[in-house]
Amino acid sequence: MQRFIIRRLVIVVPTLIAVTLVTFLIAHFVPGDPLAAVLGQRAMDNPEIVANYRARWGLDKSLLEQYAIYLRNLLRGDLGLSIHTQRPVLTDLGDFFPATIELALGALIISIGGGMLLGVLAAVNMYSWLDQLVRVIALIGSSMPVFWMALIFLQIFYAGLGWAPGPGRLDSALTPPPSRTGLYVVDGAIAGQWAVVLNALGHLVLPSIVLGWYQLGMIARVTRASMLEVLYADYIRTARAKGLAEKWVILRHALKNAMLPTVTVIGLAVAGLMAGAVQTETIFAWPGIGRYAITSSETLDFPGIMGVTLVISGLFIGSSLIVDLLYGMLDPRIRVAR
Amino acid sequence: MGIASGVQTPAVGAASTATVRKRRRWQAARAFVRTPTAVVGMAMVIAWIVIALTITFWAPYDPIKQDIVNRLHPPSVQHLFGTDYLGRDVLTRVLYGSRISLPVAILVSLASLAAGSFLGATAGFMGGLTDEITMRLADITLAFPSIVLAMAIIAATGPGLTNAMIAMLIVGWPQYARLMRAQVLAVKEQEHVMAARSIGASEGRVLLQHVVPLCIGPLIVAVTLDMGNVLLLASALSFIGLGAVPPQPEWGLAVAEGRTKFAQWWVSGFPGLAIMSMVLGFNFIGDSLRDVLDPRARTQDF
Repeated sequence: MQRFIIRRLVIVVPTLIAVTLVTFLIAHFVPGDPLAAVLGQRAMDNPEIVANYRARWGLDKSLLEQYAIYLRNLLRGDLGLSIHTQRPVLTDLGDFFPATIELALGALIISIGGGMLLGVLAAVNMYSWLDQLVRVIALIGSSMPVFWMALIFLQIFYAGLGWAPGPGRLDSALTPPPSRTGLYVVDGAIAGQWAVVLNALGHLVLPSIVLGWYQLGMIARVTRASMLEVLYADYIRTARAKGLAEKWVILRHALKNAMLPTVTVIGLAVAGLMAGAVQTETIFAWPGIGRYAITSSETLDFPGIMGVTLVISGLFIGSSLIVDLLYGMLDPRIRVAR
Repeated sequence: MGIASGVQTPAVGAASTATVRKRRRWQAARAFVRTPTAVVGMAMVIAWIVIALTITFWAPYDPIKQDIVNRLHPPSVQHLFGTDYLGRDVLTRVLYGSRISLPVAILVSLASLAAGSFLGATAGFMGGLTDEITMRLADITLAFPSIVLAMAIIAATGPGLTNAMIAMLIVGWPQYARLMRAQVLAVKEQEHVMAARSIGASEGRVLLQHVVPLCIGPLIVAVTLDMGNVLLLASALSFIGLGAVPPQPEWGLAVAEGRTKFAQWWVSGFPGLAIMSMVLGFNFIGDSLRDVLDPRARTQDF
């Protein structure tokens, strides 16, 4: 197992370096001069200001030199200064990140919990109306544009019925709890501000459903398929023959063995959530890294674009690494084969 | 049947395999047509294709021309889907939107299929350094979530539909390359490939005539399912403001234009439904194709 872990970790390092190179190159082929966007046309006409500015941001050095400097700073945890906010990108990301984490956790609870439950129900009741319903739920999840679902949900449940709170993380009347983790629900609980906790939870419901639906469908489909493969195995018949209650046959014997493919989809789900967050956060005015990504691409803020792309890809690579390791732990054959 | 073909002479064996293959294809086509979701999916996609091809002849209104006096009218007999914030007929714009979304979805996924399967087939067939370089490139591309990489590329090249399509091609090819490579690796060790080589067929001929035809089934499934995903990505990019530009009647852009108007639900509601119906159509077809072409997935998956 140790060798397996080491081998997987060794593969991750070059991938991460390649990711930094790609983000760096993309950001440097920006044809629209970011200087023009920041300085304005009048300052652009003054060569002295332009030269000063280029020197200040290191734009006067060669590409290779710039990349070397970028890597060196990166290792120190310095992602550069955002041209748009004039603050260190790392500080920006630190501010925006917890909101995304809180939203992603909400979506994960909904997609994993709901997806596995629906998948098991559909498999146990194969070809029933319940099975068909789960199929429809999954199909809607994979066919509905996330940004549109977000909008429709707000129109129906907030503007129309008034059941859910509007966009944002908290009602504007409330002040955010003192920051410990950046997660409003957790911070509120630490500070004992239960009104804040409840309000933050309420604000999480709609965006979490929107963000989690696609993955919920995927998880339900895969759980159903792998449950069906397992349900007719000999050891299930043995378990039933022993007189075990059906509930335990399904939970202990079938689901446990059907989990392997589900773990893979859950890993993909974590990665997919980061991508879906870009759309969900725009509509729900959620101050997370998805929104930050959009703002920085709109303003051609390339340190911002590089930082956010790097962080999201890092999460992406990290979650697939964790899935691989989990997989190796759950299925001994994989450790040997690779 | 296995025994029978075993004793036949190679020439007759080859002929009977061809008939068997033809019969299988015919059976697959019949099974496909009998799947209800396949029929519904085909109907939806064909309807959109017909609309896209003919809308210029029968559109009730002009999709671009503004009519400020009649802005934000709710659905009525004159405007079945209402009017948007510039008084344009939402129905007309939704129908015209198919002339953007349909070609984008089909072109991008076919181009990704072509590029990816070419690179994947070459990599799998040649092996060695070619394989190593191609697949590492694919790995790096897949290390980014597709929408994030596409956003970064478009931010660098400037917004617009063409750049968005190029960006989607860049993020789209690796999945086909991986799929094709895996197929080619499995097929190239088969005996008929060795037989073709031994009678002196060139490498290119072996690849194109004897390897690639056996690899395309899974790719067809992948490309149909991918058309839906490309459409979702394209409309998301337009929604963010990185794809189509006003006054194009693109669906994602239309949803964005109506996003602040909660009371006027029809402005963003109908374009969103249009996206969903087209994606559903592609997904229905892809799902049914998978059931027919990949016997392992049959009945296990939905």
